[in-house]
Amino acid sequence: MSAMADSLFELRASYVSVSTMSREPRRRAGCRAQSKKTEGATHILDETGSVTTAEPTTETHSQEDLDLPWQVVVHNDPVNLMSYVTMVFQRVFGYPREKAERHMLEVHHKGHSVLWAGMREPAELYVQQLHGYLLLATLEKIN
Amino acid sequence: MEICRHNDHIEISELDPFLAEILRQIPASGSPDGVAAAEQRLFSSPSNRKETELCAEWKMYVEPELRRLFQSATETVAADLEQLNGNEKSLANRTLRIPAKHADAWLSALNQARLVIAAKNSFTESELGDHFRSPIGSRRDLSLFQINFYGFLQEFILRDLGG
Repeated sequence: MSAMADSLFELRASYVSVSTMSREPRRRAGCRAQSKKTEGATHILDETGSVTTAEPTTETHSQEDLDLPWQVVVHNDPVNLMSYVTMVFQRVFGYPREKAERHMLEVHHKGHSVLWAGMREPAELYVQQLHGYLLLATLEKIN
Repeated sequence: MEICRHNDHIEISELDPFLAEILRQIPASGSPDGVAAAEQRLFSSPSNRKETELCAEWKMYVEPELRRLFQSATETVAADLEQLNGNEKSLANRTLRIPAKHADAWLSALNQARLVIAAKNSFTESELGDHFRSPIGSRRDLSLFQINFYGFLQEFILRDLGG
């Protein structure tokens, strides 16, 4: 990142032009359901001493549950201004200035910073907003 | 050149013809013009890994939306810059007023221009950090001057947004 001035400034976080971009999920892969059958029967000993056998059950997990967690990573580039990157972090994530500056400096010194982690769909939306501000941002699955 | 903030606009006055021309170049400078490096910088990959499905969907659904967003900002700035048109051959200084409500569009258009110029010229980090390189003796020097001048304007607008 490029520092054009020594000082950083207090910036409003409420004016988000990129929020005009579609907030509709552009895909529904996150809602795919997967069924998993529990193997084998379960034997239960009740208070009378008799044994009952429970039938195998079917559990349903959404793809989102299985996909957790994803992280939003912002990468360094030498052109974007430090003050601009700080403003973008405040606007997109609603972070206070100090936290936004901390992430900005981490990007500047370490080459990248993890800005957010969670479900895939909001992570995609964050990356989309960051690209709208022309930051180098990627969506990465945590292994 | 003087730059100052008023209630509802930023005023750049005493603009000499050279700086006025540099400002006029903002919309054109933000266009990748088919240069792959510039195109890739404006529309970067959403994933560092080989998430081919994600990248394909991104190209199909997100990129068109980003193109519209960038185009809209550029058009707003181009309309503001029309104040500088007319009497191009005159050596008189000009004044440009940027409405406060266009601040975000200007930040975006200036950023597009800086990123595209940097990508087209493959500037190194040390070149980009050299804010006092002078005099302008080549097309490359002029491009670096553009990046720094547009960066200065971005800083002022950011300061203005910060109140």
